[in-house]
Amino acid sequence: MILLWLILIPFLGGILCWQADRWGEQAPRWIALATMLFVLMIALWLWVTGDFALPAGVHNQWLLEWRADWIPRFGIQVHLAIDGLSLILIALTGFLGALAVLCSWHEIVHRIGFFHLNLLWILGGVVGVFLAMDLFLFFLFWEVMLVPMYFLIALWGHSGSPGQTRIRAATRFFIYTQASGLLMLVAILALVFIHFGNTGQWSFSYEVLRQTDVPEPMAYWLMLGFFVAFAVKLPVVPFHGWLPGAHAQAPTAGSVDLAGILLKTAAYGMLRFALPLFPEQSADFAPVAMTLGLVSIIYGAVLACGQQDIKRLIAYTSISHMGFVLIAIYSGSELAIQGAIVLMVAHAFSSAGLFILSGQLYERIHTRDMRFMGGLWGRLPALPGFTLCFVAASLGMPATANFVGEFMILFGTFPSAPVVAVVASIGLVLAAIYSLILMQRVHFGPVHREGALFGPDGREYVMMLSLLALVLLVGLYPQPLLDTTATLSQAIAELFPDGDLASVAGEVR
Amino acid sequence: MLTAAHLITLLPLILVGSTAVIAMLGIAWQRHHAVTALVSAAGLVAALVTLPLTIPAASSPPLMQVDGLTVMAGALVLVSALVTVILSHHYLTGYIGPREEFYLLILCATAGALGLVASDHLAMLFISLELLSMPLYGMLAYSFRAERSLEAGIKYLLLSAAATAFLLFGMALIYARTGAMDLAGIAGALVDAPDAWMLAGAALMVVGLGFKLSVVPFHLWTPDVYQGGPAPATIFLATVSKLAVFVVLLRLVLAAPVFASEWVQGLITVLALLTMLAGNLLALFQANLKRLLGYSSIAHFGYLLVAIVAGNALAMETTGVYLVTYLVTTLAAFGVVTLVSSPFGGEDADGLPLYRGLFWRRPYLAAVMTISFLSLAGIPLTAGFIGKFYVIALGVADARWWLVGGVIAGSAIGLYYYLRVMVTLYLPEPGMRARDVSNDWGSRLGGITLIALAVIILVLGIYPTPMIGWVQHLAGN
Repeated sequence: MILLWLILIPFLGGILCWQADRWGEQAPRWIALATMLFVLMIALWLWVTGDFALPAGVHNQWLLEWRADWIPRFGIQVHLAIDGLSLILIALTGFLGALAVLCSWHEIVHRIGFFHLNLLWILGGVVGVFLAMDLFLFFLFWEVMLVPMYFLIALWGHSGSPGQTRIRAATRFFIYTQASGLLMLVAILALVFIHFGNTGQWSFSYEVLRQTDVPEPMAYWLMLGFFVAFAVKLPVVPFHGWLPGAHAQAPTAGSVDLAGILLKTAAYGMLRFALPLFPEQSADFAPVAMTLGLVSIIYGAVLACGQQDIKRLIAYTSISHMGFVLIAIYSGSELAIQGAIVLMVAHAFSSAGLFILSGQLYERIHTRDMRFMGGLWGRLPALPGFTLCFVAASLGMPATANFVGEFMILFGTFPSAPVVAVVASIGLVLAAIYSLILMQRVHFGPVHREGALFGPDGREYVMMLSLLALVLLVGLYPQPLLDTTATLSQAIAELFPDGDLASVAGEVR
Repeated sequence: MLTAAHLITLLPLILVGSTAVIAMLGIAWQRHHAVTALVSAAGLVAALVTLPLTIPAASSPPLMQVDGLTVMAGALVLVSALVTVILSHHYLTGYIGPREEFYLLILCATAGALGLVASDHLAMLFISLELLSMPLYGMLAYSFRAERSLEAGIKYLLLSAAATAFLLFGMALIYARTGAMDLAGIAGALVDAPDAWMLAGAALMVVGLGFKLSVVPFHLWTPDVYQGGPAPATIFLATVSKLAVFVVLLRLVLAAPVFASEWVQGLITVLALLTMLAGNLLALFQANLKRLLGYSSIAHFGYLLVAIVAGNALAMETTGVYLVTYLVTTLAAFGVVTLVSSPFGGEDADGLPLYRGLFWRRPYLAAVMTISFLSLAGIPLTAGFIGKFYVIALGVADARWWLVGGVIAGSAIGLYYYLRVMVTLYLPEPGMRARDVSNDWGSRLGGITLIALAVIILVLGIYPTPMIGWVQHLAGN
């Protein structure tokens, strides 16, 4: 039941926020903040009390489980379950959700209640994605989180350069993800009908469909259906068209949610559904996926170097970082998959930090164009220092969480695909370049305009310091995180036929 | 011969017909708008109540087939007609000129639709279809002082007549080959593969019915007629008329093997693909809400044609579920347009700019509209998603990959204009408010109906099991 409440709390909180508009403009903010902190507390409590030791069999995979019949006609159930990976991502959702509320405290001044309704519903949908173990339910949450995100970008976004309006960006985001989501729905339905043909039973259950025997050419197509849906959301390069616009035009809270959590739903979907449902086909597909990952790394990094808009720059770096995650997921190595999970968490922190910082810069100098920045180090207390820290995290400096993730990914991938690992490390060099470009153009260089700017207030300090502490904590001592997801990573690595990297994997434990 | 049992089976049709007569006599005796509306609504409710009595039919009346499909379609027709009557009352309050005849026309057309969904004989099919269409000409041209309304009525009249000619020619060809007019006779007369004349007959009938369903390329009348007709007439056209014609098409496909032959299936596949893509593409840049909804309904019937192509047991269920979801959604969407245009003031409020910032003026009305548009777009947690789910499931189960691809492409294109309308509702208002509903709209019956429809959309989307059970029960009967 607690799993159901994890989903319902944000939805109910959202409605409360909407209605709280009439009690003054602070009320929705506090309610939203309390709601997200509540979700975070539940997740942390589950984490502290949960036992993530390696189970003996595959059968008690879940820490908690809840199911109820929903549409018996097709064997659809409300089946929620949580394991280490889901738990970490839900805790992340709660934390970044609270940050998203905090960072829009002064930014959003119109229609506050409705804004928080949308914000909380996105997060509710994301929590649902992380918990759903019924493919129908998963698809439902996958789509449901799009609608409030659309409104968030379309109604409270920034209109950037000409021809790049916020509504256009929001529409593009929605159409990309919805259309690819429908491909996934077709794949899900085909899987269900094949299962029905084999056994005469209707079921959308993850555990049942995993056992389905799909005839060969079909299985490959179905795997592609899932892959494309997740690749659009991740995003992988040929499908990334929606991302820079959506990020640049979204309000800060929207960018934080997008980069921090929504992109992670795609990696989660690959780890949870695409690979376990179609292990052999995924193994066949791995070289293609890894190539796409490499293309994403290089392409994202190179384009990031050429951006003028600070949020677009950060958006392109996301593409680059998610390329690493994609390579790791398809490497079939436990070490690399663990690294991918660490990098997902690390990227959530560092990109959220950078997006919040660019939002704070925007509140002070009212531009996101780096041509009108420069020399801010001398004009602005504290914020440039924080920027330096998060930029360092983003480029994978040792002692930050990103370093741990990227290192584990490259180290884990090398035995099975040395070429991929070597080419991917070029991405690290490019990361250093774009990070330094960002730092140089915004905070150093010639001063664009004189006059001191006001420094961060208490709220901003709290946000920055907590993010920074987490980046360093995970960077210096990632073991608790690794212990939580070890079971899952091991199971996924074993799906690949050439997963004989146990010697390497043994070292992590 | 008619027996007493047949009379019970015919009861809904008789009730609707006699209500029309009562309404007509009432008008002749003394005009009273509210009473006429009330009598019409009462007649429709009575027909709806007696509908369940008809189902354990030992034998159907001559020329008719009373089965689960008939009852299901009959219930949907009556509910849609009822909503139309409720919305018409508010709408016609501001109409200068005779208002009461509108209900008379609604009742006659409803009787036609009830006959159409039960028809088992080509003669019955033809007569009911005409009984459905004739009053619609009058309804569409009802506010004849407005040029567009008159244009809509005449346009529909002319193209309908052309479609009827196609239909009759098709029937004649089939009759010439089989010597039978009842569906069982047509099915039985032809054991071996159909020849060219049969196929031509079937194709011509599909074309004739396709006109009414505004299947591309026979859709050219749709946008003009939807835009020009008074809003309640448009609602009736988009719901009752389309539904009844679709059900009769499904009946033909299920009963007569010639319609399920490979060649006709291929024809319908192409028409379906064209319809879903063209309907959505044409709607992309519409600034007129009624035209946009017209194109959207074209696209929706393109999706639904997948059921006609598949033509199996699941197709019946899909049709039922999809029609239910389409009806509640369309009624809600057009209902908002009607309510914003009410009371009638010369021209309907159908320009998109009029709806800008509606949420900040009338939050509940805008919420109804948002829900109905989300449902039209097929977003989960709304009824529309269940319908789309069924259509895609049917396409996948029958391995019609082209059609599945068409549904996906159409949905993706469709999102663009659905989202455009939705976001318009929330954009800050530019200061002017050209058109607005009266302040107490929520307390009026129309407002309550709309909120009820929105709630039904959500309930069907969140917990569709009862609806699926109902449709399954009737489809199996």
